[in-house]
Amino acid sequence: MAETPTRHVHFPGMDTTVLGADEIIINMGPQHPSTHGVLRVKLHLDGEKVIGSECIIGYLHRGVEKIAEHRSYQQFAPYVDRMDYVAAVSNGLGYCEAVEKLLEVEVPPRAKVVRTILTELQRIASHLLWLGTHALDIGALTPIFYCFREREEILKIFEKYCGARLTTHAFRIGGLQYEVYDGFEQDVKRFLADFDRKIDEYEALLTTNRIWVERTKGIGVLSAQDAIALGVTGPVLRASGVKWDIRKAFPYAAYDRYDFEIPVGSNGDTYDRYLVRMEEMRQSRRICLQAIEDIPAGPILGKVGKVMKPAPGEVYHSIEAPKGELGYYIVSDGTTQPYRVRIRPPSFINLQAFDTMVRGHLVADVVAIIGTIDIVLGEVDR
Amino acid sequence: MDAVVEFLKPHWMPLLWAVVIVAVLPLVAGYIVLLERKVMADIQARLGPMRVGPHGLLQPIADALKLLLKEDIIPANADKWIFWIAPLISVTAAMLALSAMPFGPVFQIADLNVGLLFIVAVSSLGIFGIVLGGWSSNSHYALLGALRSAAQVVSYEVAVGMALVSGLLLAGTLSMRKIVEAQAEQGIWFVFLVPVGFFIYLVAGIAELNRAPFDLPEAESELVAGYMTEYSGFRWALYFLGEYTAMVVVSGIGTTLFLGGWLRPFPNVAAFDFLDYLPAVLFLALTGYCFYRAPKQPVPIQKAVMGLFGLLCLGLAAALGWSVTLPAEAMARAGILGAFWFLAKVFLFLYSFMWFRFTFPRYRFDQLMRLGWHFLIPVSLVNVMGVGAALVLQRQAGWPLWQGLVLGTVVTLAVAAWLILARQRRPVAAPSAGGEV
Amino acid sequence: MVEQFTFYFFAALAVISAVLVITVRNAVYSAVFLITTLLATAGIFLQLRAEFLFVVQIILYVGGIMVLFVFVVMLVDLDIALRQVQFNRQKWVALLVVLAVAGQLVFALALGSEALGLPAAAPESLEPNTESLGLRLFESYMLPFEIASILLLVAMIGAVLLGKRQKPPRSEP
Repeated sequence: MAETPTRHVHFPGMDTTVLGADEIIINMGPQHPSTHGVLRVKLHLDGEKVIGSECIIGYLHRGVEKIAEHRSYQQFAPYVDRMDYVAAVSNGLGYCEAVEKLLEVEVPPRAKVVRTILTELQRIASHLLWLGTHALDIGALTPIFYCFREREEILKIFEKYCGARLTTHAFRIGGLQYEVYDGFEQDVKRFLADFDRKIDEYEALLTTNRIWVERTKGIGVLSAQDAIALGVTGPVLRASGVKWDIRKAFPYAAYDRYDFEIPVGSNGDTYDRYLVRMEEMRQSRRICLQAIEDIPAGPILGKVGKVMKPAPGEVYHSIEAPKGELGYYIVSDGTTQPYRVRIRPPSFINLQAFDTMVRGHLVADVVAIIGTIDIVLGEVDR
Repeated sequence: MDAVVEFLKPHWMPLLWAVVIVAVLPLVAGYIVLLERKVMADIQARLGPMRVGPHGLLQPIADALKLLLKEDIIPANADKWIFWIAPLISVTAAMLALSAMPFGPVFQIADLNVGLLFIVAVSSLGIFGIVLGGWSSNSHYALLGALRSAAQVVSYEVAVGMALVSGLLLAGTLSMRKIVEAQAEQGIWFVFLVPVGFFIYLVAGIAELNRAPFDLPEAESELVAGYMTEYSGFRWALYFLGEYTAMVVVSGIGTTLFLGGWLRPFPNVAAFDFLDYLPAVLFLALTGYCFYRAPKQPVPIQKAVMGLFGLLCLGLAAALGWSVTLPAEAMARAGILGAFWFLAKVFLFLYSFMWFRFTFPRYRFDQLMRLGWHFLIPVSLVNVMGVGAALVLQRQAGWPLWQGLVLGTVVTLAVAAWLILARQRRPVAAPSAGGEV
Repeated sequence: MVEQFTFYFFAALAVISAVLVITVRNAVYSAVFLITTLLATAGIFLQLRAEFLFVVQIILYVGGIMVLFVFVVMLVDLDIALRQVQFNRQKWVALLVVLAVAGQLVFALALGSEALGLPAAAPESLEPNTESLGLRLFESYMLPFEIASILLLVAMIGAVLLGKRQKPPRSEP
């Protein structure tokens, strides 16, 4: 492509460069209703077909990892909520468990179970938001309202539990700070009782709808080898046919006590990713139902001092966040502040698959593919 | 001056209807927008406009005032004249089409003997409003969106035409009034005779209007923002007026040709005469509801407006009730009742359009064109041939019409099923190389 | 009286629009004036009680062919078109020829209107245009009708073939 001469064609009001016969570069973002945040995508088009793309990120970079080096372990905990702000509870779980591993602190069973319940509720909430926005991008104007109606119930539970809806800081290093509130079990049970029918409602609108199937089947195909080679994790990986879920592979919190399935797709296209996430919501509900039945009694905070000075060393701990494998690599130098916190953001690594998935598709599919990877720019940029 | 008056006198009724339509239509279009917002809200589990007037009933008036008072922005290098005229073309084409629309046996401006064709012809002039509007905006995205919209409209016009032909074959005439009279004579709405034609007309009509699920050229979440991007304030309102008037036109054609126009259900069966009282009863119920809700409004002005709407419904109920008391041949009775049934069916169409918009996702542009050219046009062609064959069988071989039509419908559905399955059997590939716009 | 007024209105509209089509510099304006010319012609058809021709003129000519013209014109770079010379140097000769032809036409019409000997048709005696046209097409003129439809089919196939993209083999970058 470097040899073909570059002609600059003036289309009034648009910034395009013409390379060769019909190729143009179109810039999407950073302000665009469908990039789900400040993401800039440069598309190389041949007519309507995408032949190459480039994601330019960093618009939301806040230097979180650098800040971590100057905060104590407890002080840094609220910062992790702001990365994947859609699923703050999961971020908190990953961080707290990583530090607990570093400190070699034992978390009491009661705390583990409550953590599991809240994290699974957060997974449902995250997938609901994903479904609503993804459907909206493809043109279905109604599911987003239904999804937000259910998400509202979950956020109300969070608010009653820890006082915040979005950036919850629900967990503490060593366990929980707050005891579950009176009525927690009833609220969760009431939500879960109806939720299965609600998922059926969403599926009735979308799963067998011709238009939905035509817009999502065969779009953004990612083969299993490509997925593994690119380091993709989460529902994207599972939809490509790889049965890998950290909750089963390296169980954490209380996941080893419960019975649940890992949905796996076969084609690795957008439709499969949709089906996988819908089924994950049902499985999360299953886990919550089992967990809420018997929450063990006991303390909610393990034995940690007020001053946390882990021995020098390093730890890598990852959890299955709604978007994929969320990992924390923490290096301690023996002081109260970590030497280095490196976060493995699932959205950032999954976004690398975007170029592979989008080649050969039309411009109208770009929006569907960005939506199906399920990225949150807070996590991509940190 | 006297000569002009002398010339106009015998034509006072069409003139009156013309004045009524032009005066009332913007208001009605505004209320159709409110209806759409309320239907959207209902489907999305929320309430919709509630603040301006009781239950948001004064929202259209507030919106119209706001749009009139907005700053008139013309893009920098836009072509001023074409920018000015484009929305006017849209509105004029749609309104002109209403001149042959039979809102009832009495309420029709002109019953042309090529009425149906005239309406189709004039509404196709609306394409220029889209294309010129997109071009004159001096924006690449607007131009692309306009060209796409126009390509979509032109493609689906063929399917609309064929679907209309299948209904026309049964009516035997192009005059809108005579089409309804043919349905009265045959005692059955044509939708029951050619349901496939009705369905094709419905789908192609939605695509003609650029409404979801065929609204890709207009959608905000797509790269191309559509031909209306640079239009703001009252010019945008004109485009919207044109679009909603076109909705009424498409619904009107569908009602006339397939749903029996101004005929009530079972027009010739005496046992169903009680249905003549239904309109008055309906409006009385509405009146009761308005007066029931009026005292519950929070603010006095809302109570007053609700009461006014109640009085309006009462007036309509009185008019409808009075018309039933007239003898069956009276023009006023036929006119008023007929207008009610026609508008009720148009309302049904509009409600379905809104329902579809908020239920289905959007088609991608190439899928849209493929649906139009590869599916709807072949099926509508087979449908026309089927109806023609049924008529030939009736006239030459003495078959009852419905038998021939059932046969035709079965064959058409078989062809449609084959088309769908044949496409599915092909492996699902990424869109074809060459991606034509 | 009204008939005369409407005729002169449509005729004037047609003639003025036609002149504007060739004199206006902006190509899109030309297209719009061509649309008005065609609509005026349709109006004249309606006046002559040829309502089917009136409708078909609008559907096909204005709604079909002019849409095509407008599509093409809009993709043209107008700046270049605006700078082109509007009339070339032969315009005076052309005007002379036009006047000569027009003069001949007027002369022939003036002489021949009595000689043609056609009585004016009373409007009420004219049958509805659509039915008679349809019957003639399918009875007397069946062969030309079929030939015309095959011609259109060939044109459509040709257009599809020409429109398909020919991708020249290209080495991967």
